[in-house]
Parts: sequence; structure tokens; C-alpha cells
Amino acid sequence: MAQAGFPAIVKDAGLAALVALGVGAPLLGLQTVPGERGLDLVTRPGLLLATVCAVFVGRLLLGLFLANRRSAARSAARRAADAPPRIGLTPMQRVGKMVAPAFLALAVLMPVLPGIGRYEIDLGTLVLTYVMLGWGLNIVVGLAGLLDLGYVAFYAVGAYGYALLAKFFDLSFWAALPLTGLLAAAWGIILGFPVLRLRGDYLAIVTLAFGEIIRVVLLNWTSLTGGPNGMSGIPRPTFFGLPFSMSGGEGTFAGFFGLEPSPIHRVMFLYYIILALALITNFVTIRLRRHPVGRAWEALREDEIASRALGLSVVAVKLTAFATGAMFGGFAGAFFATRQGFISPESFTFIESALILAIVVLGGMGSQLGVAIAATLMIGGFEVFRGLDEYRMLVFGLAMVAIMVWRPRGLISSREPSVSLGARRNVGAEHVAEGKG
Amino acid sequence: MSAPILAVEGLTMRFGGLLAVDQLSLSAARGEITAIIGPNGAGKTTVFNCLTGFYRPTGGSITVTHENGETFRLERLPQHHIVRDARIARTFQNIRLFGGMTVLENLMVAQHNRLMREGARLPLALVGFGPYMRREAAAVDRARFWLERTGLIERADDAAASLPYGAQRRLEIARAMCTEPQLLCLDEPAAGLNPRESDALNELILFIRDTGADGRGCSVLLIEHDMSVVMTISDHIVVLDYGRKIADGAPAAIREDPKVIAAYLGVDEEEALAVDAALQKQ
Repeated sequence: MAQAGFPAIVKDAGLAALVALGVGAPLLGLQTVPGERGLDLVTRPGLLLATVCAVFVGRLLLGLFLANRRSAARSAARRAADAPPRIGLTPMQRVGKMVAPAFLALAVLMPVLPGIGRYEIDLGTLVLTYVMLGWGLNIVVGLAGLLDLGYVAFYAVGAYGYALLAKFFDLSFWAALPLTGLLAAAWGIILGFPVLRLRGDYLAIVTLAFGEIIRVVLLNWTSLTGGPNGMSGIPRPTFFGLPFSMSGGEGTFAGFFGLEPSPIHRVMFLYYIILALALITNFVTIRLRRHPVGRAWEALREDEIASRALGLSVVAVKLTAFATGAMFGGFAGAFFATRQGFISPESFTFIESALILAIVVLGGMGSQLGVAIAATLMIGGFEVFRGLDEYRMLVFGLAMVAIMVWRPRGLISSREPSVSLGARRNVGAEHVAEGKG
Repeated sequence: MSAPILAVEGLTMRFGGLLAVDQLSLSAARGEITAIIGPNGAGKTTVFNCLTGFYRPTGGSITVTHENGETFRLERLPQHHIVRDARIARTFQNIRLFGGMTVLENLMVAQHNRLMREGARLPLALVGFGPYMRREAAAVDRARFWLERTGLIERADDAAASLPYGAQRRLEIARAMCTEPQLLCLDEPAAGLNPRESDALNELILFIRDTGADGRGCSVLLIEHDMSVVMTISDHIVVLDYGRKIADGAPAAIREDPKVIAAYLGVDEEEALAVDAALQKQ
């Protein structure tokens, strides 16, 4: 297996699966149980199939991992010889190209897959909310290199913005959504101005303070926000004006489409709203990276002095980054408010900011796919480990430490160039700056 | 004779008690290579930082005059206007590239202001359609031109930080040229280059002076310690010492100037007095 390509690895994995089938068929597939007359033979095809599949997938991943390591070593050797590295895609990268579409297909189909109930859809909605928040913060931290510890402030601005717009101006979710984005972007600029000259740790502390200020104001401005009691009765989103109601009358979603009224409709609808919002965030970010504005963000992260010497206005670059990131935080906040129907300052504590930042750092700063995977792992993992009770945080912490030891620059650390003359080749993490402020 | 592209009058830069540049006046003629030389700590880089807006001068004026007669007072302009409007570009003594971005991306960032002017702000541009996309393709072509000129075209898609040292120096010059400057300020471009690379650099700087991007040429202001470079390509040399101008003239004259020799080689006290006396007599 010296030059293992992708087909060879698949063949190898298939062979392993075949062996597993041969060994497993008598051992796992057949079971003897005490019956009426002696022993009865029971077949267990499900277990056998699952085992064979697990062996196949495991062997495949192992093969890919090893092949990837080998080709990385080869390319390193080639680089040492100072020839311009012209590497084809490694098997891992080829799989990487399929991961994003596979993820997307899974996300779109998830609610209608068999065996998916209300709990799973709710969890999916939660994960997607954090994916979106992670992508929003990724603009500020990952692309522009500005360490923001108060991102939850914009989430709060969006949530309270929608709640207040609905309460005082009777705006529906769809009418309020763009306004909450603008509102959050405005707050992004308000935060941006005083911190223009700050870098690194100092910037982090001021943004942290900003997040706390917003929360404390929400907590104490009782006449407007209800203080610690929060705001309730926030209107739910409608499907093109059709509300989701259990009555099943003429003007409701179920009534209009002649469906049996069910609470699952709204749950699925909310899921698709956040999926759409997250995909919009992703699309805008991908486009912006290939746009002068996005390139200016990355240039600022790489070297602020050089950016200034090229005539970039640091003020404009930083403020657009803060405003764009904040805007997506605001959208996510409005969604959070309409989904919960109730918000209080408790939902917008520092730990939320830290969680979102952890998602961005764990995923690999600047990587869209990495952030999505990290959000799934962190939020999904948190749920999966629920059975561990008080050990949950411990397991969680250990897992994070392990990931950071194994991949110090995040799960996906290489950077995809925004433009290329020839074939696009990713830039290794060792060259990419983390940004100083 | 048109007005010089750059006229500096009485430039003073003070950092607390330190007078880094003291009442300096100099000018750079259009279409020429003007070198600023002087011992370490003479204030050369400080002058560059004043010109390119990194420092706000304590006193004096810096005037840039374009070919069409438009003038800019740099000491009053915000920094990004100095590049965008007064059209001054610079490189750095310690190379400053966007290391994690590819060579091509470095050159695209340099064309930021032009692209923004040419419609990058339109919503269609964000989605990836419309006339703006042709402008972006033109920007890639402009980058390709300078990559071919600097011999970096083979490495266009590699990370800037992965280039060897000499190539990084050339890339920095290419990036500065992509801002389409009228005056290019090079801060020790030959530092760390081997003789062959140094020769290639001379050729590149002469090409920039005579042809530039648009065939009309670009004036060059050069800080350099490597005398083989300075004496070969400069049209005019200004010598600084302790923040003051001690000599100003053609390369041949500078080479013979006793003050310059004294500043560079150092002289013992008697000789210094003799030199001073000789200068008094003149």
C-alpha cells in the first residue's frame, strides 16, 4: 500500500468488512436462546450489519488518515527540496470536499428522516443556532483577527430588539428580522469605535465589558425590558401569514394545507428558518472572503501596518467586520426570541460568549466547515453526555484539551485562498497569522 | 521644468526629547530615483514614516505634486488618503507581507481602493455577478503583470510566507506597485540580497522608474545602505546624519564629499576640525 489512492483504501476497507462478515456471521449473527424444546437459533442480521458497517467505516477512516499523513510527509519533503509544491488532492482532502455537501444534505433532510422526533429536531435547531453564531463571530475573530469576548451582546440586542419591536410596534417576525440585524450592526459600530485603537488582550477585555454592560442594562431597565423577569409572549413566526395553531381553522397553516394540526409543524418550521439563516450567513461570508472587503479583513489580521501602507482605512475595515459579525448575531438573537417566546437576561451571560468563541477556536479560526463541525460536536456532545450528570463538564473539558493538543490550530486549520491563477491550494496553518487585535 | 513630485520643507520630527529629524528640506524630481543615505539612526526611516502617514510630523510641510498639477499636503492628509489620493506607496525595511495569504492575494489587497471605487460596493458584486467581476479580472491581470516582472508568476498561488527571502522582497515591491503609485518609497530593498539578486533588483527599480505600470514611469525614493545599488541607479542622492541633511547632489559629487566620508567612516577630532575649517573657507 505504498501509493494508496482512494480506490485502494476503499478496497482495503471492503476487504476488512468482508472478514468481519465472515467472522461475525456465526459469532454475532446467530444466537442460541433457550426455547420450548431445547435451544432455538435466533438470527440477528441488524447487529451483524451494524458491525460490518462499523468495521468498514473504521478501516476506511484509518486508511485515509494514514494516507493523509504519508502525503503530508511527502509534500513536506518536497517543500524542503525547495520545489514549488504541486500536490494533487490527498484522499483526506477529497473526502473533505464531500463533507460539506453531505453535511448540507443531512441538515436539509434531517427533520423528515425516519426515527427523528421532536427532541432531535429541537436539538438540531439549537445546534444550527450555534453554527450561525459561530459563523457570525468567525467574521470578527477568524477573518479580521479581532478577539471579541462580548459577542453575546449582539445576540441579546437581536433578541430584545425583536421582542420590543413586536411589543411596541406590533411587528411580525419577518418584518422585524431585518431591523434587528440593522440594530445589532449599529451596536457593532458603537462597540467598534471606542476599541479601534485597542489590540489583543485590551480589546478582549473591553469587548467582555461591553457584553456585561448590555446584560446589566437589560437586567436593570425594568420598565422597558422587564428586568430579571424577562419578556414573554413574544409572537411566533408565521408561514407567509399563516400562523401555526392547534385549532386547525381556515387561516392556519394546518387548515390551509388540509393537514392534521400538530405541534411538530412549528418545530420543523423553526428548524428550517434557522437553517436558512445559517446558510445565508455562510453564503455571505464565503462571498465576502472573495470580495475586497473580506480580503481587507484578512490583511488586517495578517499585518495591520502593511494594510495601512497599502491605503486600507483601518477604521473602515474594523467597523465593517464588527458590524457584519454583529448583524448575524442579531439575526440569531431575533430567531432565539421567536423560538423561545420568552427571553430574559439570563440567556445572555458571558458563558455564552465563551461557548461561541470556543466553537470558533475549536473549529479552526476562519474555517466555515470547521466552525460547523465544532458547533455540532460541542452542542450535540453536550446533549449526548447528559447521562454523565456531574461528570459532563469534566468529560467535556478533557475532550477540548485533547482536541487542542491534537490540533492546536483547530479542527480545520488550513486556509483556502480567495483567488488563484492555477489550481487552488490551501495555505498551511503555520503561515496564517492569528491576529493581534 | 515642472515642480518636483515631492518637496519637503523644514520637516521636523521630535519624539519627546529626541530630535529624530531636524528642519529637513529635500526634493525628489519627477521620473528620477532619489536616494536617501546616511549612517544608522540618521532618521531616514523616520522621514519615510512621515511621508507615508505613520508619523504626524512635529513641524514642516510635505508637498506632493502630480503631473496634472494637483498638489497634496501630506502632513494634513489621513493615512489612507496618502496612498489613495496622493498615490504614494512604500515597502518596509523588515519585510511586511500578508504571510498567510497567497502571493496573488497580497497583490489583490493592494488594489483594494481601486476595486472599491470600481463598484465593489454594489450588491451584485457581493453575489459575484455584474460588471464588477470584469474589474476584478482586470485586477488579477494587473497582478499578473507585476508577478511576471518580478519573476514570481510560478509562485502566485503559494503562501507569501513560504517564499524565499529575496522573492519576498520582490513581492513587497510588486505589491506596492499594484497600488499604482506616482511615488514609490523603498526602504532598504537590497538588504539581505546576494549580488545576483541585487543586480536583478537594480533592473527592476530602473524599469519602475522608466516604464512603471502604465508606461509613464514612476518616481522612486530609495533608502539604501548598499552603495553598489545606490551609486549605480540613483539620479540624485541626499545624505542625512543626525536628522539633518549634510549633502545633496549627484552620485559622483556625493562620493567625493568630505562631510559624507566623515559621517560614514568617522574621523578623529583633528581631522574633523580640519574638515570643518575647509568647509568654512568654501
